[in-house]
Amino acid sequence: MSHPSTYNPQSTFTKWLDSRLPIVRLMHDSFVDFPTPKNLNYWYTFGGIAAIMLVVQIVTGVVLAMHYTPHADHAFESVEKIMRDVNYGWLIRYMHANGASMFFIAVYIHMARGLYYGSYKAPREILWILGVIIFVLMMAAAFMGYVLPWGQMSFWGATVITNLFSAIPVVGDSIVTLLWGGFAVDNATLNRFFSLHYLVPFIIAGVVILHIWALHIPGNNNPTGIEVKSVEKDTVPFHPYYTVKDAFAIVLFLVLFAVFVFYQPNALGHPDNYIPANPLATPAHIVPEWYFLPFYAILRAITFDIGPLEAKLLGVMAMFGAIFVLVFIPWLDTSKVKSLKFRPIMQWLFVFFLISFLILGWCGQADPDKMLIQAGTNAAGEAVGFKVVHLSQITTIYYFAYFLIAMPIVGLIETPKPLPRSISESVLKRNEKKESDVGGAQPAPAE
Amino acid sequence: MRLYSVLKGLRYAAGGLVIGLGIALLVGGAAQAAGDAKTAAKYPHKQHWHFNGPFGTFDALAVQRGFQVYKEVCASCHSMDLLSYRNLGQKGGPFYLDYCPEELGLPDTVDCSNPNDNPIVKAIAAEYMVVDGPDEFGDMFERPGEPKDRFVSPYANENAARAVNNGAYPPDMSVLTKARKSGPDYIYALLTHYEEAPQGFKVPPGQYYNPYYEGHLLSMAAPLSDGIVDYEDESVPETTSQYAKDVVEFLHWSAEPKLEVRKRLGFMVITYLILFAAVLYWSYRKVWADIEH
Repeated sequence: MSHPSTYNPQSTFTKWLDSRLPIVRLMHDSFVDFPTPKNLNYWYTFGGIAAIMLVVQIVTGVVLAMHYTPHADHAFESVEKIMRDVNYGWLIRYMHANGASMFFIAVYIHMARGLYYGSYKAPREILWILGVIIFVLMMAAAFMGYVLPWGQMSFWGATVITNLFSAIPVVGDSIVTLLWGGFAVDNATLNRFFSLHYLVPFIIAGVVILHIWALHIPGNNNPTGIEVKSVEKDTVPFHPYYTVKDAFAIVLFLVLFAVFVFYQPNALGHPDNYIPANPLATPAHIVPEWYFLPFYAILRAITFDIGPLEAKLLGVMAMFGAIFVLVFIPWLDTSKVKSLKFRPIMQWLFVFFLISFLILGWCGQADPDKMLIQAGTNAAGEAVGFKVVHLSQITTIYYFAYFLIAMPIVGLIETPKPLPRSISESVLKRNEKKESDVGGAQPAPAE
Repeated sequence: MRLYSVLKGLRYAAGGLVIGLGIALLVGGAAQAAGDAKTAAKYPHKQHWHFNGPFGTFDALAVQRGFQVYKEVCASCHSMDLLSYRNLGQKGGPFYLDYCPEELGLPDTVDCSNPNDNPIVKAIAAEYMVVDGPDEFGDMFERPGEPKDRFVSPYANENAARAVNNGAYPPDMSVLTKARKSGPDYIYALLTHYEEAPQGFKVPPGQYYNPYYEGHLLSMAAPLSDGIVDYEDESVPETTSQYAKDVVEFLHWSAEPKLEVRKRLGFMVITYLILFAAVLYWSYRKVWADIEH
């Protein structure tokens, strides 16, 4: 939160610098003396984890680019050269490939945390929208990055996703030609994707700076959703309190990252991507990376035309709409209470939202025509019943209903639980409860 | 409040629906698997591989034998374009030498740990003729292979391969174990389960029945049979399943030549991270000791 600067330059040099470029003061006020609510739990670490993963991706990516050849005839082989002949190339590539997944895990948890504690609500709307922009940019970067090894999934994933744009009326085909740099996914496509894949992460880094700036004006939200009332009672300085707590959680997350890099480096990828791209052989199942699956399921859930709008266009609109809707939730949510901890109905609807999002992810990798519950056969002898596509349709409806119906309506009709008066009171209450649980006979724990 | 209790009831109903759906998914999935069983690939059994597990390493002797199987059987149709002969003599490779064997009487200046000077690798490479050039007159010429050369392909190009294989293109095997689901188990199962087609299943000429292949028909005849490769080590059985095991060990080495160093480094990195986390946790408790939170 905005607060008076406490930076006090000591040496002649720092005084000289501070009167010209107060960068040390900026860092001090942002990451050392920044007042942070004292009740943040570990869910609040995932923003920091995501930032670390962005740095990992940029550093490993820059090194990979030194050895990679962005040409349709050489890309696959140059990646294998990195794996075999570049010193620790296997480590750098596996870190980069799995780092993308870790980045998405962190960001999905970070977003879910924001949804649960109402971190998108006033005065943090801009902060939230900047986050949505980062998410979209990440998806673009990850998609283009997956194309670069030029394996079968790279090629066919690129073909399927770029083809989506052809659904746009009038200009669709021109957009696709522009994306391809020709009339098919080929060398020109690979080259522009490489160029953009190198560019986008730096745009993300820029938006992350804005994101942190927008965070530091109102300050952190917290699990109670109550704003800081007294800096002295409710907050602690970011350093050392949160630097040490975040560092602990980040290192634990790095253990998970290391397990994948060193022991399951290909578990999150698709085996077909170790087959060089072949425009003449379509893989049996074209599946995007796991972090796109829920949105891929929404895309494929729309199988019907509405009036003049074709199913394909509607699917594309639904898929992009599923992300775009996030921009509006600061205003769709009518509740006066931020944290779902105090909202008994919305809390449950949120749990179902998470479950339906996971089901969407499962649907994204399954064959949409796969029969789940067969009801019988029709006159033509075909099996009829409840298929994967129907499950995607139900969960897609719930996805949108959560934002467009539940958020505005439940906020008006729900009776929230009583809120604590302040952050410090909520902390005291919790600890009193803990002590009474112990029975009071034992001495209070050290913490 | 009444609306609230209605909604409360609804959320239990929804909970029941989710659980019900979950069960339906499982049951439906199983029924689906049974329904397609006619031509869907059988799921390969898990084998015990020397390279499995967090401390797994390659069985160097098995990799050597697997290379022999590849060289004498697979290489007549399958290329391994990503490998060079020098890879065989690199650290972690099947023919790596720490020092030169004394019986060869090589001068002290020769460093056999360098794959380019490794006598075994040089001998293997020299068995092949590679096209080089152009020479000073602009002509291409053939010379015996050297460690730096890529594995010589059995065919000049894809069309040549298809022409002699009934239209099928034998895939490159350099990263084959990573390019198939459960690659090592799958390749082992495929190699060892050529069977009579079930009654009523039509096998066209030039095609072969194998339940582990998607669609059950493939263009490769059973490549292995008992006794087809003569192992130097008499104690190793010369059976199809032994050949298959050895060649998979070799193929997995070729797909993941850095597997051993990767797992070793991973153990050190994770140990370090856990110790570091413990130190940080202790610091965290210390720093926050006086703060109620």
